[in-house]
Amino acid sequence: MREITYLEAVREAMSQVMRENEDVYLMGEDIGVYGGAFGVTRGMIEEFGPERIRNTPISEAAIAGAAVGSAMTGMRPIIELQFSDFITIAMDQLVNQAAKNRYMFGGKGKVPMVVRTPAGSGTGAAAQHSQSLEAWMVHVPGLKVVQPSTAYDAKGLLRAAIEDDNPVIFYEHKLCYRTKGHVPEEPYTIPLGKADIKREGTDVTIVATAIMVHKALAAAVELEKEGISVEIVDPRTLVPLDEETIIQSVKKTGRLVVVHEAVKRGGIGGEIASLVAESEAFDYLDAPIKRLGGKPVPIPYNPILEKAAIPQEADIIQAVKETLNRV
Amino acid sequence: MTSNLTLPSMVKPESLPELLYQMWLIRYFDEKVDEFFAKGMIHGTTHLCVGQEASAAGACAVLEERDKITSTHRGHGHCIAKGADVNRMMAELFGRATGYCKGKGGSMHIADVDKGNLGANGIVGGGIPIAVGAALTSKLKRLGYVTLSFFGDGASNEGSFHESLNMASIWKLPVVFICENNQYGMSGPIKEMINIEHIADRAGSYGIPGVVVDGNDIFAVMNVVAEAVDRARRGEGPTLIEAKTYRWKGHSKSDAKKYRTREEEMEWRTKRDPIARMKSVLIAEQLLTEQQADEIEQRAKQAIEDAVKFAEESPMPSLDTLEEDVYA
Repeated sequence: MREITYLEAVREAMSQVMRENEDVYLMGEDIGVYGGAFGVTRGMIEEFGPERIRNTPISEAAIAGAAVGSAMTGMRPIIELQFSDFITIAMDQLVNQAAKNRYMFGGKGKVPMVVRTPAGSGTGAAAQHSQSLEAWMVHVPGLKVVQPSTAYDAKGLLRAAIEDDNPVIFYEHKLCYRTKGHVPEEPYTIPLGKADIKREGTDVTIVATAIMVHKALAAAVELEKEGISVEIVDPRTLVPLDEETIIQSVKKTGRLVVVHEAVKRGGIGGEIASLVAESEAFDYLDAPIKRLGGKPVPIPYNPILEKAAIPQEADIIQAVKETLNRV
Repeated sequence: MTSNLTLPSMVKPESLPELLYQMWLIRYFDEKVDEFFAKGMIHGTTHLCVGQEASAAGACAVLEERDKITSTHRGHGHCIAKGADVNRMMAELFGRATGYCKGKGGSMHIADVDKGNLGANGIVGGGIPIAVGAALTSKLKRLGYVTLSFFGDGASNEGSFHESLNMASIWKLPVVFICENNQYGMSGPIKEMINIEHIADRAGSYGIPGVVVDGNDIFAVMNVVAEAVDRARRGEGPTLIEAKTYRWKGHSKSDAKKYRTREEEMEWRTKRDPIARMKSVLIAEQLLTEQQADEIEQRAKQAIEDAVKFAEESPMPSLDTLEEDVYA
């Protein structure tokens, strides 16, 4: 099978849906001839024209709100928020409008829109362009939250997000954009709410999201050299969350490490640890659950500090060994 | 019937008595809601539009069925003017299963998506970008409908207002922005909150027409909104209309109205009552007799009594609906 990058997979998913469905269009800052801040939409305006690849003013509230209004009236907008930090400016429309309309209106209407947005640190863009705020969105009933880690997942999940009748926040990790993977040319969907076991193992379960899936995979290779067999579960979507796959994996291994880039305090890791503690898997645990997450600091500029602010491969190795009492 | 009134082409003189009825319906609806809140018969909060009936009824009178609106926290009038059933509205305020939102929305979230009402809104300025999006759908799908976005003077200081006017202007979207300037954003007098004479003047910053209209003169409202709707439908883009008006009641149920005088209130109530003004014009134009006007008022009053009966007799939502409709 051919290999393409995560970035190309995102673009391909959008382009394929747009060829099939006139109701799908894309709106965002600098997504026209510039091709988007990260180049995701490069070439799309040439194929689909400026009506469907709508270059917007720098107006995140209006971009999000216009998406809500057009989704309520029959379109299926995709908006690109240039950096996921800018979701703060679009927050009212996403949290108070998109997420709640259907419920507030007694089940009338729907808001089929996708917010695509690059997240995460590692690019030296510092505190206002590097955050991982997905847990905020997870907290809001009415939204779905997707965090693909691979090119294959990005393509299938994005198509599913576009076809979904609800507002979906689709986080693309910037450091994943250049990663390559086998991706079928034909369209396919990956259902929202289905985790993927990225590596099978027997000793410890690592639940990792986004870029941390890659770090966990690298850690697993090292740990294997020491005879430690790690299973890696990638939830892929945080809402809905595939609790069953996580619980079954923990029942099998008896140990759990949760790792995400977002600040540990209030992060999704707490939710995952709690759901395991509340489940039948609790009785199978042979060690306390370990949570790894970002330090409670804004993402700093200096590359050494920036790296130190979030979990690294060595931290994951250390945490796994701690659950095995092998430090 | 002949008339010397200047009316937009889509409004026929013979439909004017029905429009008067609609204004009475709005007034009695909100007066009744006020009474129930005072008695503690319904809970939560509410924002009443008594005194502002002409801007809602006049603006919606020039719309076609397919046209859409977005509304505000003070939205009962817009809802009725866009054709909502007062029975289901009252039932919603009573929290009943037969209400527009099955009892889950209440006063601030009444919507009637099928009738083109994209919803009242509890967030000041929240509906404005949504109207832009609805207008974008009309343009992209060539559907020919126009969206009216109602909001208050307070919302004109929100970023969403400015972002929306600019976006709608550069894309020439079929949307009409109607600012109902009722002089106060909660307790904040608009004169203290902006440093210009008219909110409509802000239109110039976005390259669109801005028009000030007497919001308590339904004929004036109809004419300016009709012109803006025509312009939008022709593909020439948005207009900002500022309808100067006044809310007779407080901001919400708990308002002691310390920020304004009783004299000011009386001035608006006695000299600029939009319903009394329309009624006197219709009688002067011989489109209506005094007796017919009274009958219209009584009919509206009765319709609200019937709505209350409908609401009171409606069932409460069952507990198993609590988690329904979070997702489509």
